[in-house]
Amino acid sequence: MAIRLFESVMATLDKLSSRPKVKKVVYAFAVSFLISVILLPPVLGISFKLGLAEQVLSNPELVNRSEAAIFWSFIIALSVASLDLIAGLPLAWIISAGGSRWISILDALADIPFVIPTVALGFSTLLFWGKTGPVSVLGVIVPPGLLLVLLLHFAFSFPVIVRVMVGELMAHNTIYETAAKTLGARAFPIARTVTLPLLRPGLIAAFLLAFARSLSETGATVIVAGLFENGPVFIKNAKDAGLEGPMVLVSFTLIISSVAVFALIRLLGTRLKIPIKNVYPVPEAGLSSNRSVNIRNGVTLLVFGLFVLIPSIYITFPAIGALTDGTLQKAISGLGVWSSFWQSMTLSYVIAVIVTLINIVMGLPIAILIARKKLGKLATTLIDAVVNVPIVVPSVALGVSLGFFWRSFSFLPEFWILVFAHMTITYTYFVQAMAAAIEGIPEEMEETARTLGGRPFRVFRKIILPLTKYSFLSGSILVFTRSVDETGAATAVSQTLKTAPVLLVSWVKHQVIVTDSDIALGIAFLVLTSFASLLVLRLIVYRGKK
Amino acid sequence: MPALRLLNVTKRFGAIKALDDVTFEVKDREYLCVLGSTGSGKTTLLRSIAGILHPDDGDVYLDGEKVTEISAEERNAVYVPQTYALFPHMTILENVVFGPLAKNTSRGIAEETAGRMLKLVRLDKRADAYPNELSGGMQQRVALARGLASGAKLLLLDEPLGALDGRLRLELRTKLRKLAKESNLTVIHVTHDQEEAMTIGDRILVLRKGKLQQLGTPYHVYNRPEKIFVANFVGNTTFLEAIVKTRSKEGSTLRLREGLTVRVRDSSFETDEAVILSIREENTSIMPEPKGDEPNRLSGEVTAVHFLGSFIRYVVMLTNGDVIAARVPIKEVNTEINKGDWVSISFDPMNTHIYEYPTLGLQGELEAN
Amino acid sequence: MPEIRAEGLRKEYGKVTALNGVNLTINNGEYLSIVGPSGCGKTTFIKSIAGVVKPDAGEILIDGNRVTPLPIEERGVGYVFQEIALFPHMNVYDNVSYGLMVRGVPPTDRRGPVEEMLHMMVLEDYVSLYPKELSGGARQKTAISRALTSGSLLLLLDEPLGALDLKVRTVLRYELRKLVKDLGLTAIHVTHDQEEALSVSDRVVVMKAGKIVEVGSPMQLYLKPKEIFTAKFLGEANFMIGKVSNVNGRGSQFDVSGLNLSAGINGEFFPINGETCVLAIRPEFIDLTSKPGNVNTWACEIVSASFVGDSMRYEVRADNGAILLVKTPITEDESGFVNGDKAYVTLPEGSLLLYGLPEEGLEKALSLE
Repeated sequence: MAIRLFESVMATLDKLSSRPKVKKVVYAFAVSFLISVILLPPVLGISFKLGLAEQVLSNPELVNRSEAAIFWSFIIALSVASLDLIAGLPLAWIISAGGSRWISILDALADIPFVIPTVALGFSTLLFWGKTGPVSVLGVIVPPGLLLVLLLHFAFSFPVIVRVMVGELMAHNTIYETAAKTLGARAFPIARTVTLPLLRPGLIAAFLLAFARSLSETGATVIVAGLFENGPVFIKNAKDAGLEGPMVLVSFTLIISSVAVFALIRLLGTRLKIPIKNVYPVPEAGLSSNRSVNIRNGVTLLVFGLFVLIPSIYITFPAIGALTDGTLQKAISGLGVWSSFWQSMTLSYVIAVIVTLINIVMGLPIAILIARKKLGKLATTLIDAVVNVPIVVPSVALGVSLGFFWRSFSFLPEFWILVFAHMTITYTYFVQAMAAAIEGIPEEMEETARTLGGRPFRVFRKIILPLTKYSFLSGSILVFTRSVDETGAATAVSQTLKTAPVLLVSWVKHQVIVTDSDIALGIAFLVLTSFASLLVLRLIVYRGKK
Repeated sequence: MPALRLLNVTKRFGAIKALDDVTFEVKDREYLCVLGSTGSGKTTLLRSIAGILHPDDGDVYLDGEKVTEISAEERNAVYVPQTYALFPHMTILENVVFGPLAKNTSRGIAEETAGRMLKLVRLDKRADAYPNELSGGMQQRVALARGLASGAKLLLLDEPLGALDGRLRLELRTKLRKLAKESNLTVIHVTHDQEEAMTIGDRILVLRKGKLQQLGTPYHVYNRPEKIFVANFVGNTTFLEAIVKTRSKEGSTLRLREGLTVRVRDSSFETDEAVILSIREENTSIMPEPKGDEPNRLSGEVTAVHFLGSFIRYVVMLTNGDVIAARVPIKEVNTEINKGDWVSISFDPMNTHIYEYPTLGLQGELEAN
Repeated sequence: MPEIRAEGLRKEYGKVTALNGVNLTINNGEYLSIVGPSGCGKTTFIKSIAGVVKPDAGEILIDGNRVTPLPIEERGVGYVFQEIALFPHMNVYDNVSYGLMVRGVPPTDRRGPVEEMLHMMVLEDYVSLYPKELSGGARQKTAISRALTSGSLLLLLDEPLGALDLKVRTVLRYELRKLVKDLGLTAIHVTHDQEEALSVSDRVVVMKAGKIVEVGSPMQLYLKPKEIFTAKFLGEANFMIGKVSNVNGRGSQFDVSGLNLSAGINGEFFPINGETCVLAIRPEFIDLTSKPGNVNTWACEIVSASFVGDSMRYEVRADNGAILLVKTPITEDESGFVNGDKAYVTLPEGSLLLYGLPEEGLEKALSLE
């Protein structure tokens, strides 16, 4: 009975989808959602309050602090993205070559800093390089401040580069390298004259993602910053101090300059051509030798282990300690600070579920519009750019603006304001994953199905969806985990309600009376739930590839 | 009533006219081959008929009904792309029932139809296989069965043999035509292989730069090519630049370079007009020595001998520097002629065509794009 | 002018055997083609010579030197890929000079050889264009130039013309042969187009299922194929199963499903009385006439007739039910037959090919997939 009802509903929808008007309404609705919920609120929110920023301009001390914070944000992002590219590319090369079980383990390890919530990363980094950390034995202690921020950002931006470049290298057709070999070229000159130039778009994309991630990160940076301030830390401090003016000024500047810098890199990146005029057979043969390759691989693995992997998972030790010292019982009983912890966890996950569902429904039509260029080249480029704004702009700045916007509707409860903020922050992931997957399906397949009598919605249900289900799931899970982990925007928006990462930051900063065991265990819970999602994702992707 | 009619169809992509004022009709159950090179607009033509593309100007009629505004799923004209576009996540049977199910046929009837079609293409035993488990030839047959099962009477095939190996292609040509004829289908088959078009098509439509060049039976297109481009694209032809020397009722005399003269049957050009003479390679005879009574006798040196299997092709440079090719059926090759030999060439005036000298020069006229 | 020798080459991909013990010597300055259905191992073979594929067993010798352990970049072979694989981020000039650049030749010294090559291939006008701006033919010529500029005398061609339109392909194949001969190269050309192989090669290798079936000159393989698969793969042929009814000094008699045929002494195959064997004949060697001939004449009915330009293709049904494909030249005096006409086919004794009945059955032995 239920099945028949479902069938007949689907048949009706199939039929409706053939009508040009219905198609137009669906797409128009999704585009208006994109414009009215994703694009306009951050733009308008901050513009409402620009007046506040003007007051700051008369205070030279605040102006200097804001300028320095923004300056450091970009310096850190640029240097971290560049260093990550240098260190990450060889690792991506090793992983994409594949060939052994060790390499697939390495592949999984490279993802770890990506899936550990940044709050946890921050705390882990703090402990690893701190007074009681393992390297303190060697006399190496990095106190909170600029250097520690750099180390942290290097670690959490690293997997972004590796992930993107592994994907690019795997998808890269190696026939060009084979052709170069038949022409007498050795490994190193081939990498320099053929592979890297061909992968340039991927390199730029990877660089930009790492750059954006560094520019945007808030929660972990606050933890390791000490007295140092970059943009997001400044905004958080200003918010804690109740200084709205500086908050608006820095947010506004960050939004504008990040968009500008991105546009610039994109533009220059595609124009920039390094002429390849010469190959130096003798030194480059040396670089191509097995020995140099082994040395390079060794250094790569060392850097990865010491600066990325171990600092990221160091949190495990105090967390295991917390299991035996009575903190676990306290946590399970939900006494004291733990009652607010569980409330925050619930809040985080409820928000994540709602945000994921809405982003799927609203994102699908947009993904199709982008993948099939249904609105023409120009409009597609525009929509694509708009979709990317949430990951380009520092989330805390975005949060500040979103907070202003949605709070201006006084009837909106804080819960929904949080939902809207998370929705904007995570919107990009699902749309991008689906757009890429749909683009990978030959349009001919869809067209042929149509000529066989398949109506658009039926073709979508029976052909497109089954063929993209893995991207559908992985895109959804990405939205979900991003939403749970989001710190910057949540910090900026939250008034009384605290999501789990926001709460944990306040624990780490000891704004609440908690023990180190409490912090470690709280973070461990967040990490575990996050890992569970990752595990599901890996299983799905793995089965999909089979 | 024609199964298909295109009326002044034009389709632009930016500044390029992929189809330029194309008008023609296809009869019910006719097998039409559309012949053209890459970029000639032949795929655009198919996609416009299928309803995947909508022409900028002009109209498409199916069974007398105007369908220009009707979407692809309601046209009943099945498009089979060169890649076959089998749905990779479905079994062969699921692929074939897609059409009937999409048209709200009940599952039972749909599967019965599909089973029948799979039997027709001799793949009923592979119904549970997935497309990637089948060879290229089998995949092509699945695509055909899928089209047939959807109840379409018009099949639009884009290079249906293009993805297959040369020898297999040859073998499947006739099978394809047979299948179409047995199933009472109207077929538009796009190809760049003139031999394929000649072998399969009831009629051939030659397309160049989006413009219809000629439409007719293989015999007609081959023996009465209306344009130099068609004469070159269909068949193997030698073209020589010439000037009309004299003309009479029986034909004209042409002057080739360096004063060589030949007779042709056509007399429609004025004296002193510049023309292009075309002669089919297989209508050109080659002999070690002249016999004495043959028409249009020329002599030259053999510069290349190509063995083509059923033919041997000789390339001869005439005394005036022009190059002419002769193609002799292997069965009729009785004396050995080698590269470097001095030979006599001749051809019957009845087997010649002459064309107005093209404004872009001969080479420009022969190029496909 | 290198000489290539392959000894006992084997290569397996999982369960599939791509090369199953291949022995072959390619002589200095020879143009050798390898043909076979897809999956026969022909591409694996030339990839092994280039070093792109590492054979599981066997040796490759270039001019007597064992190159099997050498990596690709030290073998110095010119390789032209089916995918063309021009570097998309370099223009024609940079692509062509790449081989010299990676050997450390300074830019000024590169110019000479590069320009000479570009001139020979008539690519001067394209030097600053990028691969995507070129036509298919120009792209392929650039790829060939790139493979040859660094002075390699061994040219490996992996389906070099496969991506091109048929018309362009036919022109380019002759240019390719000329180039190889003019430069004194040794060329190994893999193709699935049998006409291409026949027309350009000094020798042709037919492969099937990882093994060499037969090697010989194009004429040998086409006119007197020793193996039944060669008869099938190169050109077209009719195959009939017959029983030897009589053998004498002049030849033998066969009973083909109730009809008689006689064949002369046929080099390799000596029929024994009562044995079942296969008779084959190419369609262009069958005579189709309205009056019976003298020997090996069968009455038949025309089942289908199609005009294919330089010849007519008929399918005829003999009284024993056998369907024969017949190809006849177009002649002026004979207007040809139409469907349903009664006629006679004559199968000349000297044109009949004789084979033992393959162990795996006739259909399987002739299968192309």
